[in-house]
This record gives sequence, structure tokens and C-alpha cells, in this order.
Amino acid sequence: MMWLSASESEALTLSLSVASRSVLFSLPFAIMLAWVLTRRQFVGRTVLDAFVHLPLVLPPVVVGYVLLLLFGARGPIGGWLERAFGIELIFTRNGAALATAVMSFPLMVRAMRISLENVDRGLEDAARTLGAGAIDRFASITLPLMLPGVLAGAITAFSAALGEFGAVITFVSNIPGETRTLPLALYTALQTPGGDAAAARLAIISCILGLGGLLLSEWFARRVRRMLGR
Amino acid sequence: MVRAARAAHVGALVLQVAAKKQRAAFTLDAQFELPTPGVVALFGRSGCGKTTLVNVIAGLLNADTGRVALDETVLLDTGRGIDVPPERRRIGYVFQDSRLFPHLRVAANLRYGQKRARAAAFVDLDLVADLLDLGPLMNRRTHELSGGERQRVAIGRALLSQPALLLLDEPLASLDASRREEVLPYLETLRDKLAIPMVYVSHNFDEVLRVATHLVLMEAGKTIAQGDLGEMSLHPRIRAIIGADAVGAIVDGKVLGMNASSGLTRVQVGDGELNVHYDGVAPGTKLRVQLLSRDIIVATQPPQHLSVRNNLKGVVTSVMDDVDDSNLIAIDIGGTMIMARVTRAATRELGLVAGLPVWALVKTASLRPHPI
Repeated sequence: MMWLSASESEALTLSLSVASRSVLFSLPFAIMLAWVLTRRQFVGRTVLDAFVHLPLVLPPVVVGYVLLLLFGARGPIGGWLERAFGIELIFTRNGAALATAVMSFPLMVRAMRISLENVDRGLEDAARTLGAGAIDRFASITLPLMLPGVLAGAITAFSAALGEFGAVITFVSNIPGETRTLPLALYTALQTPGGDAAAARLAIISCILGLGGLLLSEWFARRVRRMLGR
Repeated sequence: MVRAARAAHVGALVLQVAAKKQRAAFTLDAQFELPTPGVVALFGRSGCGKTTLVNVIAGLLNADTGRVALDETVLLDTGRGIDVPPERRRIGYVFQDSRLFPHLRVAANLRYGQKRARAAAFVDLDLVADLLDLGPLMNRRTHELSGGERQRVAIGRALLSQPALLLLDEPLASLDASRREEVLPYLETLRDKLAIPMVYVSHNFDEVLRVATHLVLMEAGKTIAQGDLGEMSLHPRIRAIIGADAVGAIVDGKVLGMNASSGLTRVQVGDGELNVHYDGVAPGTKLRVQLLSRDIIVATQPPQHLSVRNNLKGVVTSVMDDVDDSNLIAIDIGGTMIMARVTRAATRELGLVAGLPVWALVKTASLRPHPI
């Protein structure tokens, strides 16, 4: 990264760190929700489904605002997290990870649901007759078979997390080294006189990362499909 | 190991099944018993509820009311609120579409049930691989297998879960005739070498003839008749399903020895004797022979100067109407029933009536013996 300035490469590493946290944090929840929404019939399923998809249609600023209300120092969840565990979200990179996780969550769940719908439930029945209980079945059959979707979802969400702007800046502000991720750094550069070159470099990095993510996701999907003989 | 399993099953053990289930366009109302070890064929037209019944036995489908018990173990009794979940029923299930796990190689598929077995092992991987010739397939991916190989792996996988009962739902239906012929001998081997009770679903009577010891006949969701294969083979409803040309008595006979001059194997059937092409069986071995009704010639006098090798003396017990202006003549040959199809004209001319002594003739070439 010779051609990046210190603050630019800081924004890059911070973005990667935030996006990784965001994906790791949301992955188990997304798998759980994808399973519940695909396999369970219950009252309020449609409402839950809509709720999960809400960040796709809301202005990101609204999501950031809601997060501020809930997870802010005086918010019901934020206050409790700080008292009970000493976890601070506001103005921290963990807060940035939460904001990007919420924003990219629907993309992740969507990719997983599609691949879960393609898992033959007959195989789960077969596992059942072979002595596998519910959790065992999920871990040994369902999860490996929906892995293409899990990977695709994770990579898409990672790429989207790298680019999240509105929810992040609203919830955790724009603090260099803590919450100033790539898009925020790019925005700041544009606001700074003489920052054009820096903005261009940051834009190019964003493009490379996004493209890389998409190609990686496609490569994974193809590999897994070949492994399964499809 | 196999011998121990056999010993463990000896006695008056039995599989009892009763199930009722009401659906919009279909009612299941089934009940049967199988002395174990044995192979009961659930036989009937496609869509008559065989798979539904098997799924109830496995626990994959709920019955409105029902009872499934294997020996002393009650697996389902809706009246007493007992419903053991499928994963704890110890029932192996071979599906029509094999359902091998695509993300696992053959060996891992086989070990899947073995690792989760809920009973002491009575078969191990080596034995199963040996019985089903799975050795060369172990490292393959499942999509590299032929249809017949897939079903052999599926059977092996089910066996290695150490089941107390094995369900086979049309295991050969998705295979073409030659593949079917490739798998059938393995099923016969299982029946003979492992004393595990099996429920075999099929709408193909040839398979039933080869594999089953008992037959439960199903029609429109109901079990309408059941019994051992020999007595069921002449049931009129089976005739309606398989067609007049495929009807014939299935008789289990004992090998008496080789006829030195003809080279044919002599098999005792009732108090008569059949000569069949079947090499390499020791005297005392049991062989199953199907005597197709259309192949049997009836004579009212001891026949002479004929090429026919098989000549069974018996007594007519009944004369029934059959399709195409013909009659079915039931003949008792020393306790074993066979049935001949003759034209009504022949019945009239020969004066065939119940009580008349007759000779039943059948060409050796039209007999297909199977080991049992």
C-alpha cells in the first residue's frame, strides 16, 4: 500500500475490520432466521419477514437513527450493554459493525433462504431414519448443503458492509481511526480542499474490493456446486 | 456375527402394523402382521397408499390412529400416546430415490447411520461391503454412481444403522430392467444371510416373487388381503392387478437331486415332482418356482408320448371363470395348489369339475426357479 497515505490505509484496514466483525456477528442470526423463515409456519411470519427486509427499503439514516435510540448510551439496550458488560457501541468500531450488520442483514438472509429452499427435505428425513436428531440433522446435512448460500450471503454482506455509509455516519459518526471507514474517508476527502486524488484512490480501492468480493462469491459457489455434482 | 443375529430373532416374533389416516382425497386404513424374520411385500397399484403406510411405520408421517409394534417394542400407539420419533425407532429406510447425501462420499454415507446406531452392532462395514460389493465404491462421490450402485449404497447405509426392521420403498422402481437384475440378487442375499425383517414395497410382481415371503395386498388405501406368498399368489385381486397372463401359483419346493440322464434338477412340489434348469444346488435346498396358469396343460388321463418333462397328478378343487372365454382350474397336488387356465370349450369337452382327478403338464422351459 505504498501509494496510500497513512490515513487512507487506516480507513482501509478499519473497513476490513468492521466488515469482518459485522459478518461474524450476523452470520449465526442470519442462518437461524433463514431457517425459521423457510421451514417454520407460524403466526407473524410475514411480519417478521418484512421486518428483516426493512433496512433494504428504509433510508440508511433512519436505521442509524433507530440504532442511536436503541443502542445509544441512554438507549434501553445500549445502556444495559454498558452496565452489564461494559460494551460501548456508540462512536466505536463495534458500533460501526452493528450498523453495517443491520444494513446488510437482509442480503445475507436472502441468499441463505434461496439455498435452503433448494435443500431436499427428503435427505433430512433419510438422516432422521438413520438416527440423527434435530440439531445433528441440521449440522450434518442441512448446513453443509446450504453452504453455497451461506458463503454467498457472507461475501455479499461483507462487500455491502465495506460500503455502508448512511447508517454508520448517523450512528457512530466519522471518527478517524475508529469509525471512519472507506466511504466515510472518501466523503471526507471530497469535503477537503485538494482531496481529489485521495478520493480517487479510495474510490478505486472500493471498486477493487467490491469486484473481488463478487468474483470470490461466484468462485465459491461454483466450487461447491461441483463438489455436490450439480 | 450373522449367526448371532439370527439366533437373537428366533421365536414367535412379529411386526404388527395398524394405521388410519384421513386426507382430502384419500383414506389410509391398513393393518397387517409379519412373522419375523421374513420379508413382507406391500403390493398394489401405484398410488394405493403403500408409501404412505411405510412412512407411518417409519414415523415420518403421522397417522390419525395407529399402532406399530416390533416384537415387544411399541413404536406407535396413538391410543396410549406413544409415538417414538423416527430417529429412535431403529427402522432402516431405503427410499425409491436412494437419498444419498451428496456432500459425503460413499464411505461417509455408509458410516452416517453406523455412527448414530442406537443398538449393538450386528453388521459391520466389512460385512456390508462384502454382502453388497461396495468395496470398489467407497471413495466415490455419490453423483458418480450408477442407479443400481446408488441403491446398493442406500441399502448398506440403512443396514449399518443396525435397524431392527428394514423398509424398502420401491427400491428398484427407478432402475431399468438390467439394473434391476443387477440389484435383485443382493436383496436375496440380505434376506438369506441377515435375519432382519423387511417390508418391501413394490408394484412389480416379479420382484415380489423373488424377494418376499409374505404378501399384503393394498387397494385404494386399504389392506385387503394378506398371507404367505404361496397362498396369496392365486388371490383373484392380484390377478386383476398383474393381468391374466402373469398369474400363476408360486410354490416352494425342496431339491431332491439331479436327474442323471437329463441333467435337470428334481424339485419336490406337493406329492409331485418338477424338473427345472438350476445347477449347483444341494439336495434339501429350497427352490421357488412359479407355475404360470397359461403354461399349464390339463389332462384327464395319464399322458403318454409327450415331450413334456413335468407331470403332476392332482384333483380339481374348483372351476372359475376367467377373461377371454377361459376358465381357471384350481388343482390340488398333494396339498399344494396350482391353477391352470384353459378355454371354456376344453372345460366342457373334458368335463372338468371339482373332485375330478387330473394330470397337470408343464414344460421345463417355462419354469423359472429362484432360490429362497
